[in-house]
Amino acid sequence: MSFAVPTEHYLLLSAVLFCIGVAGVATKRNPIVVFMCIEIMLNAANLGFVALGRHFGDVGGQIYTMLIIAVAAGEVAIGLAIIVSLFRTRETIDLDEADLLKL
Amino acid sequence: MRPGVLIFWLLAVPMVACALLVITSRNPLRSALFLVAHMLLLAGMFLSLSAQYVAAVQVVVYAGAIMVLFVFVIMLLNLGGAQKMDAAGLGWALGIAMSLGLAALFVGTGVWKSGLHAGKATAKTLAQGGTAQAVGFALFDPELPWLFPFEVASIVLLMAAVGAIVLAKRKL
Repeated sequence: MSFAVPTEHYLLLSAVLFCIGVAGVATKRNPIVVFMCIEIMLNAANLGFVALGRHFGDVGGQIYTMLIIAVAAGEVAIGLAIIVSLFRTRETIDLDEADLLKL
Repeated sequence: MRPGVLIFWLLAVPMVACALLVITSRNPLRSALFLVAHMLLLAGMFLSLSAQYVAAVQVVVYAGAIMVLFVFVIMLLNLGGAQKMDAAGLGWALGIAMSLGLAALFVGTGVWKSGLHAGKATAKTLAQGGTAQAVGFALFDPELPWLFPFEVASIVLLMAAVGAIVLAKRKL
């Protein structure tokens, strides 16, 4: 079965989005924006899963995607709670300021 | 140009542009809005992959619930756009280098010409494989391995809710 848009195009798009997310995580110091970049990376992975699920005619790719969305929702809730409590104790959320665990 | 190909490019180009704007915007609220646009375009991409149910979940959970949480925290902390929040000099260059290195790795492994062997996709799986009915039947089918991860996901969500309350509440 051949598709109008080959699966490889979707995989390449997914790779590009993942790289953009990595660039954001590595260059941003605002943890909220870093979280958004992590969401971009998770979304890129989701796109890859759904594209491969379509390619192999298997619904498992879509179920993986939904599990990832559930984990992402939990991750965002915890992460934003950490940011709020970080702001409460330090009055700033700059990631370079939060270096208590650094040697 | 076939309509499917046209739709792919009409979705893909704004999607990459929105992702780039998320990481280049100085104002976190603007980043959040571009991320919403990115996620809605991705939902359209899921539709074009005939995954209707996942597209709906993407809009409701990601573009709806998760982004509301983001915007809520941005408003709650009220940092203003004045704070400089980008890595400077060496850190920035290292970040970009890391991303480009990863891109080179992807291109080097030839992700777009990997020669995927033809799957079992048929016109039937394309037409019906993404409906809520098909996904639900697969999710709760005892022959398939998805039931246990589904139950674990509910525990993960419960733990996240309890953990978020414990972390963010001043006094329990």
